[in-house]
Order: sequence, then C-alpha cells, then structure tokens
Amino acid sequence: MADYDLTKTHIKQFSETKHEIALSTENLNVYYGDKQAMFDASLQFERYRITALIGASGSGKSTYLRSLNRMNDNIANTRVTGKIMYRDVDINSDEVDVYKMREHIGMVFQRPNPFAKSIYDNITFALKQHGQKDKKYLDEIVETSLKQAALWDQVKDSLGKSALALSGGQQQRLCIARAIAMKPDILLMDEPASALDPISTNTVEETLIRLKEKFTIVIVTHNMQQAARISDYTAFFHSGHALEFDETRKIFTRPKIKAAEDYVSGHFG
Amino acid sequence: MDPIKASLLKKSRAAKSETRGKLLSLFCISLIVFIVLAIFYFVASKGLATFFHDKVNLGRFLTQSSWNPSLKDSHGRPEVGALPMILGSFGVTFLAALLATPFAIGAGIFMTEISPKRGEKILQPVMELLVGIPSVVYGFIGLSVIVPAVRTVFGGSGFGILAGTCVLFVMILPTVTSMTVDALKSVPRYYREASLALGATRWQTTWKVVLRAATPGILTGVVFGMARAFGEALAVQMVIGNAALLPHNLITPASTLTSVLTMGIGNTVMGSLANNALWSLALLLLLMSLMFNLLVRLIGRKGAISR
Repeated sequence: MADYDLTKTHIKQFSETKHEIALSTENLNVYYGDKQAMFDASLQFERYRITALIGASGSGKSTYLRSLNRMNDNIANTRVTGKIMYRDVDINSDEVDVYKMREHIGMVFQRPNPFAKSIYDNITFALKQHGQKDKKYLDEIVETSLKQAALWDQVKDSLGKSALALSGGQQQRLCIARAIAMKPDILLMDEPASALDPISTNTVEETLIRLKEKFTIVIVTHNMQQAARISDYTAFFHSGHALEFDETRKIFTRPKIKAAEDYVSGHFG
Repeated sequence: MDPIKASLLKKSRAAKSETRGKLLSLFCISLIVFIVLAIFYFVASKGLATFFHDKVNLGRFLTQSSWNPSLKDSHGRPEVGALPMILGSFGVTFLAALLATPFAIGAGIFMTEISPKRGEKILQPVMELLVGIPSVVYGFIGLSVIVPAVRTVFGGSGFGILAGTCVLFVMILPTVTSMTVDALKSVPRYYREASLALGATRWQTTWKVVLRAATPGILTGVVFGMARAFGEALAVQMVIGNAALLPHNLITPASTLTSVLTMGIGNTVMGSLANNALWSLALLLLLMSLMFNLLVRLIGRKGAISR
C-alpha cells in the first residue's frame, strides 16, 4: 500500500434546503488509549438513504460507525471527541441518555447475535425492557418487523422456537427484525453480510433496499460490489481519515482522491 | 534391496515411540478406570451385604428412623433406619446451596460486569484462598463461633442443621462463585452489545441477557457445590451434633451420612451387621455423588436452553 496524502479530501456537503440530514458528525475523533484511530471525520447522512462506509481493514470505518450510537462507550480507555448531531442535539455529550438514544439509533452487528431465547422473545426483548406490555401490540410488532426483514414466511409457525436453531442468514435477518422492532430512525450496520453465504447475502441486501423507505441506513462493508449495489452515498476511509464522500456512482466511476481510486480499482484492500 | 523400499517396510523409530506413547497413556487411563470400578465393587459388595446377607429390608432401611445397628427391635429385626442421616445430608446440602447461590451470583456479577478490575485483583485471590483452607479449620471455626452464636440466638445446644448449613455455606461459596464467574465471563461480548444496541441499560443487559445465557454454567456450579457439601464429612461432623435422630427443626442435634460414617467406621467389626450397615450408607453416598455428576453432564448438554 502506497503512502497517500491524508490532508487532501473530497467531502460532499448537502445543501440543507434540498436534503434532509438524519445524522451528521463534526470533527469526530476517536482515541484508543494513546492511539488515535479516527481523525476529524465530518460526514452527513441523508434521511431514507443508504450510506456505505468503505475502506481497507484498519481504516477506521467500523470504529467510526460504532461511535455513532456510542457503542465505544463500553470499551475501556476509549475516548470519542467531536459532535454527533441528531435532531439538533449533540448525542456525544454526557447529558444525553445513551439508552434512549440507542432506541432511535439501532445497530446490527457483523456476527448474527440473537439471544438464547425464542424468536418471539428476541424481538420483544427490548420493547419489554422499555415497558411495553400490551400483548396485542407486541404480536403485531413481531409480525411486521419479521415481514420487513423477509423472515416472516419462514418462521411464522415456529415463533416459540429457539433463535439459535435458525440458519446464519435467518439469524442475521432476525437481528435486523429485532433492531427495527424498536422503530428506530437510523440503522447502523457493521458488515451485516460478511459472515453469510452469497444467497443469504443477497436476501439481506434486498431487505436493506426495502428498508430504506422507512429508515436511514449507514452500513460498513468490505464488499465493494455490495456498496455499489445497495448504497446511495459512499464514504471512503483510509488510515483513520474520511477521505472522500459522494454519491456512490461518482465514487465508483470517477473518484477524486488517489487512495479511493486505488481502493475501488482493487490496488489494495 | 532399494533403501527407500526397505525403509518403507520397516517400522521407524518415530513410529515405534508413537506406539509406546499410545500404550503408556492407555495404561494410565485403564488404571484409573480400574481403580474407580474397584472402589465401586468394594463399596457395593460391602454395602449390599446388609440387604442380602443380613436380610435387611431395603424399604425399611430407607424409611425407618431409628439407627442402632447393634440392637434389635421387638420383632428381632436390627434397627438400621437411615432416614435421619439421609434427611440430614440433604437438608444441609440444599440449605447451603440455597444460601450460597444468591451470594455467588451477586459476587459473580460484581466481578465480571460491575468492577472486573477490583474483582480480579481482590476477590479472585480471596476466593482461591477460601478454597485452600482445610475443612478442619472451617469445622473448628464453626465449633467455636457459629455453634455458640446459634445457641445464644435460638437457644438449645447450638449443634444442628443450622450450624452445619452455615459452615457448608462458607465452604461451597468459593466453588459456586468461581464457576459462576467463569460462566458469566464465557458469555461473549457481542451478546452484551446486542442488548445494549437495542437501548437496554447495563442492568437490564446483565439481568435479562447475560445471566440468562450463563444459567447452565451457574447451575453446574451450584450442583458442584452441592456435591461438595454432600460429601463433606469433617467440618459438618464437628458442628451438627451427631445424634442419629430425625431432625425436627434446624437447631436440634442431627447427623449426616458422612458424619455417621466417620464416627462409626472405626468402632465396628468388619463383617458384622453394624459394619455392613455403615457400608450401605457409603454406597448411598457414592450413588448420590454419581447422580450429582450425571446432573452436571445433563445440564452441560442442555447448554443453550430454548425458551
């Protein structure tokens, strides 16, 4: 991998009148102990669009994503500075109720991680924790979120079955259903298809494209074809810097930054 | 002959030493299996003699409540009712486990979820230290602290199931706690993250997700603790009062299978009914340990419970 100029960036700015911004960061820095893993990342995410974060391993794209709903809070010696603006509130401040915030900014992880509970309980778990007791409402939510995640037809007769008995692809769609059952604004996805086979990957991708009608999605992916297939915008990360952010087709056809050009044409990664 | 062909047909030194190694480990494992089987055979043959040789009815042995193997009752039948000891053993075991489990879970949560650093630095060594203390020390402390305390608070002599439970509680706590800690630690991080990412608080995550996932491991710890409590002889014997009577409450003198065994086995003649009856108790003890072991395996196999 060649050394690239990390000071030259090309970050698209939305005009606030034409685009509705669901989430944005201003000068986001992440430190693991003494090591800085993210440098002044300022990006905006448009509502009801899919934004892909791409870059080589260690480029900081997952670190950046995990900061957005403050999952890095739970890791010792990690510090995140800068602003994360959501509904005109800086959610990266101590006054924000981080648990409430995560109801609105959900996350799906790389590895399918259903709880050792039934399919039904997996989806209702968080709702129950937040005090939802109405059985009819819960049934309804289970059905709609499983339908949205394209899993309903396969599991509707076995909702009491352990979620661990599902296949990997089904488990991941269950995790998506579990996240959207909270009716979040924004869904953060950390390589949701990287542990799946091609057919399951395809289903998950189709699911995501349908989901963007209702949710704003930010997805980290290793797979450039995947980014090209499903995303509207793409951000390219390199060595802890967000170097380029633009419409996906522009990034993949006419990248402005040398590192991005080399990455999308497969010179490193 | 061509040397390569020759070397192919002859066993090399490495192949020979591999065979030797296999034989050696086979011998070791056979020895262990043999010893276990021999113990079982010995205890069973002695223990069953009570029923086959001395014609004691098994039902009466398990349900009668007077233990006096050298005497005969009005029907000329020997008084070998093991019920008081069985009840005593199960009583102290279950009560001790009942007491220890919540403490173990509490300590485990503190050591893994709330303050892992202090847990590792302070509590872990303390737990290890508790395991290493010989049981006679526990018994002695029980005798000089717990028995008088029970006497002062509840009256009576102070000896009994309550005192036995207290001593066993302290003895099994480190076992149950360290296994609970292991179970909690083995819950993967992505599990916790899944719950946190849904907006659950740390406490909700610990309580509903982590504990739930660790339940089989915690249960295994509890059963191990119970097995230890069931088999503990010395410390219990020192504080329980050693009266082979049906326990009516927790503070009258009672006895357990192990305490009667350690008290009596040296004072009986080999081959006599009194001696055989003690072996029957030992057989009972052995079968119970076997059951605890099976229980542990069963829980382990169940692993991830469905609903």
